Amino acid sequence: MAIMTAPSAVTTTKAPPATVSKRGRKLRDNLTGHAFLIGAVVCFALFMWYPMIRGIVMSFQRTRRGETTWVGWDNYTRIIADPSFWIAWKNTFIFTIMALVVGYVLPFFVAILLNEFRHAKGYLRILVYLPVMLPPASALFLFKYYAYDPSDAGLFNAILKFLHLPTSEWMQSPTMTIPAMVIASTWMNMGSAVLIYLASLQNIPGELYEAAELDGAGIWRRIWSVTIPQTRLILALLAMLQIVATMQLFIEPLILANGAGTQDSATSVAYLIYQHGFFQNDLNGAAALGVIMLIVLAAFSAVYVRLTTKQD
Amino acid sequence: MSRTLISQAQLRRGRGKYLYWTLLAVVVVGFTLVFLGPLYWMVTGALKSGQEIAQTPPTLWPRDPQTQNYVDAWNNLDLAKLMFNTFYYAAGAVFFQLVFDTAAAYALSKLRPAFGNVILGLMLATLMIPAMVLIVPQYVTAIDLPIIHVNLLDSPWAIWLPLVANAFNIFLLKRFFDSIPEDLIAAAQVDGASPLRTLWSIILPMSRPILGVVSIFAVTAVWKDFLWPKLVMPSPETRTLSVGIYAFSGGTPQNVVIAASVIAAIPTVIIFLLFQRNIMSGLTTGSLKG
Repeated sequence: MAIMTAPSAVTTTKAPPATVSKRGRKLRDNLTGHAFLIGAVVCFALFMWYPMIRGIVMSFQRTRRGETTWVGWDNYTRIIADPSFWIAWKNTFIFTIMALVVGYVLPFFVAILLNEFRHAKGYLRILVYLPVMLPPASALFLFKYYAYDPSDAGLFNAILKFLHLPTSEWMQSPTMTIPAMVIASTWMNMGSAVLIYLASLQNIPGELYEAAELDGAGIWRRIWSVTIPQTRLILALLAMLQIVATMQLFIEPLILANGAGTQDSATSVAYLIYQHGFFQNDLNGAAALGVIMLIVLAAFSAVYVRLTTKQD
Repeated sequence: MSRTLISQAQLRRGRGKYLYWTLLAVVVVGFTLVFLGPLYWMVTGALKSGQEIAQTPPTLWPRDPQTQNYVDAWNNLDLAKLMFNTFYYAAGAVFFQLVFDTAAAYALSKLRPAFGNVILGLMLATLMIPAMVLIVPQYVTAIDLPIIHVNLLDSPWAIWLPLVANAFNIFLLKRFFDSIPEDLIAAAQVDGASPLRTLWSIILPMSRPILGVVSIFAVTAVWKDFLWPKLVMPSPETRTLSVGIYAFSGGTPQNVVIAASVIAAIPTVIIFLLFQRNIMSGLTTGSLKG
C-alpha cells in the first residue's frame, strides 16, 4: 500500500544565495520542528513502518533454531495447503457479508429514526453507544454464557420459547455459529456507526426535505432521494471501514467459539494467523498469511474506491 | 431545531402526534430492552447461584442474591492487581500520547519543518493497514527491538509506545491546531516566545477539549484492547483485565467469570457516563469533514 512507496528521492534543498544567518535560522527552525516530531516518528518507525516491511521480508524467510534462511514461496505454499486456510476465508467472507447486511443497514435506519425524535434523544443515544464502551471480552462472555446458553435456561432460548419459536443450539450448531457472532458483534459495535450517521444527518439542509415534500415525495421517497444522496460520502466511507474491520474477525471466535468452533465453523483468517504464529510456532507462515490478508484487503479497497468514485 | 425528514407541524397534528408518541414509546422501551437488558441480565445473573442460572425458565430477579460470586471474582482472579495494571497502562498511554502526539501535531501544523508533509502522509497511510496484518511483525519487533536489542515483553513500554503511533490522534490534533489563528503564534514569536513556550502557553490552553477527547480515547483503547496485551504481557503479574479474565475463564465457574466481566466493565462505563459529550463530539468530528 501507500506506505511501501517511501519517498527516497531526497530533494536537495540547494539553498539560494542567501546570507549565512538566514540559512542558519532556517536550519535551526527545521531542527526544532523535527525535534518536536521525533517521539512520534520513532514510535511510527518502530511499530508501524518497520513491521510493515519486516512482515513482507519474514514471509519469505524461515527461522529455525535461531537460524534464518530465505525460503522463497515455501511459507505461502505451506499456509495455503493448510486444510483450514480455505475454511477460514469462507467463514471470514460469510461473516463480513452478513455483518455488512445487518451492521451497516441497521445503524443507518436507527440513526434516521433517532434523528426524527424530539424527545429522549440523549437517552437513546447513550443506550446505543453504551455497548461500544464495554471491554469486548466482558460483552462476549455475557453472550457466551448467558445469551447463547444452548439449554432452555439461556436468555435467547428463553425468549424464543416464550414466543413459541424453535430454540437454537447457538454456538454448538455449525450453522448458527456465524449468525450468532454477527449478532454479538453488531450489538457491540453499531453505536459508533449510529453516532456518525446522526452527525451527518444533522448536516442535511432542511430545505431539501421541504422541497421534496412540496413535490409530493413520501417518506421513503425522501429517504431515497434526499437522505441517502446527502450522506453518500459518509455511507461509502463507513462501508469500507466496516468491511476492513469485520475481515479481521478475531475475538468473537476466540471467546464465543473457543477458537475454531464446532466443526471449524468459526475459524477466521485472523484466528489462523494467531494459531500459526503463537501456537504452532510458525511466525513466518503467520506473516505470509498476514501479507495475503493485506493483499486481499488492498485489492478490495482499490476496486471499491474505483467503483465509488466512478459514480461521481 | 432545523427541519428533518418529517416536518414539525406534521408531528404535532392529530394522527401524526399519535403516531409519534406511540413510536417514541416503542423505541424507548425496545432500545432499553436491547441495549440495557443484556447488561441487567449480566449484573443480576452474576448474583444467581449456579443452580438458579441453569433453571428454566430463567428468573428475572435472583431469588437468593449471591454477592459471593463478586467476592470470589475479586479474590480468585486477583482483580485488584489486574485493575491496577490496566489503570497503570492507561495512564501511561494518556501521558505518552499527549506528549508525543501533541508535539508532533504541533510541529506538523505550525512549525512545518522540511518533509513535514511526507511524514504526515506516511503516518496517515498506516490508517489503511489492518491491525491483524501487522500483529506478527510487531510482536517480533517488540521482543527484539532493532539496533538496541531490548526485549519489551512484560514491560509497559510494549503497550505505551505502539499506542503513540496513532495517526488518527495526530490527525485530530493537527486539524484542531490548524484552526488556531496564525496571528496568535506570530504575536508570541514577536514577544520572543520559543516554540515550546508557544505550545505550552498558547496552543495547549486553547486545545483542552481535543486533549480531553484524545485522553479518553487512549484510556478506552487500553481498556478494550485484547490481542496485543495478551501477546506482550504473558506473565500473570502483568496482565490486563480482559486478558486476565480470559486466562482464568477456563477453570472458573461461569457466574464468577461474568461477575469479573461486570467489574471489568465498570470503569469504562463510568468514564462514558461522565464524558459522553466529549466522546460523542470527538467521535463525530473526527470521522466527518476530514
